[in-house]
Amino acid sequence: MQKDVLLEFRAEKVLNSLKESKRLDGRKPDEYRKIKIEKNLYQNAEGSAKVFLGKTEVIAGVKFILGAPYPDSPDEGTISVGMELLPLASPFFETGPPSSEAIELSRIVDRGIRESKAVDFKKLCIKEAEHVFIGFVDMYAVNHDGNLADAASIAAIAALNEAKMPKVEDGKIVKDEFSGKLKLKRKPLMSTFAKIGNALIVDPDLTEETAMQARFSVATTEDNFISAFQKGLPGSIKKDDVDLAIDTAFKAAKEIRKLI
Amino acid sequence: MTKEEKKIYVNKKGLRLDGRKVDETRPIKIKAGVLENAKGSCYLEWGQNKVLVSVHGPNEVLPKHMSNPLRAIVKFNYRMAAFSVPDRKNPRPGRRDIEISKVCGEALEKAIFLEKYPNSQIEVWAQILDSNAGSRAAALTAASVALADAGIPMKDLVTAVAVGRIDGKIVLDLNKEEEDAPDAVDMPIALMSNSKEIVLLQMDGLFSKKEWEEAFELAAKGIEEIKKLQVKALKEQFEKTLAQELAEEKKTETKKEETSKKEEKDSKKDSEKEVKTEVH
Repeated sequence: MQKDVLLEFRAEKVLNSLKESKRLDGRKPDEYRKIKIEKNLYQNAEGSAKVFLGKTEVIAGVKFILGAPYPDSPDEGTISVGMELLPLASPFFETGPPSSEAIELSRIVDRGIRESKAVDFKKLCIKEAEHVFIGFVDMYAVNHDGNLADAASIAAIAALNEAKMPKVEDGKIVKDEFSGKLKLKRKPLMSTFAKIGNALIVDPDLTEETAMQARFSVATTEDNFISAFQKGLPGSIKKDDVDLAIDTAFKAAKEIRKLI
Repeated sequence: MTKEEKKIYVNKKGLRLDGRKVDETRPIKIKAGVLENAKGSCYLEWGQNKVLVSVHGPNEVLPKHMSNPLRAIVKFNYRMAAFSVPDRKNPRPGRRDIEISKVCGEALEKAIFLEKYPNSQIEVWAQILDSNAGSRAAALTAASVALADAGIPMKDLVTAVAVGRIDGKIVLDLNKEEEDAPDAVDMPIALMSNSKEIVLLQMDGLFSKKEWEEAFELAAKGIEEIKKLQVKALKEQFEKTLAQELAEEKKTETKKEETSKKEEKDSKKDSEKEVKTEVH
């Protein structure tokens, strides 16, 4: 990955300013940038959403295909979530096989949705042991200004929440006909924090990301569950940081959920 | 299905399916210094999990553009042998392997004095030979021992364990059968236990805040015990090398003594000869 010299200078500024508990853009430690969600933008997708987190922009689209179920769960469909960091989103992103950063990002969002049982996989079954729906949530980072993880997590849930289920006849999907909307059991949302010096701030922008020693993500659900943790980067965090992150994440997710 | 739902994961006596208590890990065996060609190495058995770790470096960074002029970088490679899982695994590293390698490497970076080795790389290869849930904790715990065995200066050992919930109970070190329980939650965590700093933390599933706190306590306690085994393995290896070195020193010393005695004798003879010649 290329390095931006200017960013490194600004990272120092972030650190110094946080020593006086101030973020460069004037936000509070637990304050997100402005969030905007646009829904159903693409007609070929069963559901789609575009999420703006300040200047960060991520697009998600849902497609369903028919497939065979896993042998150990014959009455369950499944969902797969993937994220691509397009070179158009940032001069730091390159073409070629996905970087370990991209893989980690897409796996966090994927697990956050799947393991929290946001979608009832039994409802994706068409005929036991023969046909099930496999849902693909494909996401593209369009503009990278920090915290792609949260933007992606919101976009994936928003797109799934809009998704219509294709109609199936004789074991085939009927084009342009739908049998109703996909119902989400819960809407897990992720909140990502940056540890910079002793400060823990939510929704870091690109400048703040350059300064962070550790990154920590918490996904929460509306029924008071934590559905995922992921700590990243070489820095460490303390138990108190995790506790603070959990409380902030619950509060933030409650507000964001209203927009979906 | 109904049969599986009836499975009792923790019985009335507080014992689990394999007879362990809720706060008990599977048996762990650690041996340091097992590979001839590595700078440091470790073999670790954790229940059915078996992992072999080697450490190379600090060396020059390749490719060169990845080098950092301020500090060393850690390249952690988590790899599963094709036969280490029930269905043969494609040996090519997949997305899971890449993610685990990334988070484990980052966990170790916090512990190592990286700034001592600018522009260099420390390579860790963790090969999983057999697995049964908890292989990343095993790999990371072993890697930390291998790094110490390689003589790489560290602030503390990194110790990992998984905690989780089965059947509504928080338990330490889930095995595969427990991980497959219907409500199972798995949370791998690694600490530098002296400072209680969290260097690795992952979780998926549905956990309440209270359960997280209970899980953290249990993990921290478990980690203390596992760390003792890491230290013991390193001490054993250190004592072994020390004994070897001492033995070698002794050998050379006795050789030296012998040679010096010989020399003394020779010189005595010589001097006697000299005296004799003088007398003549």
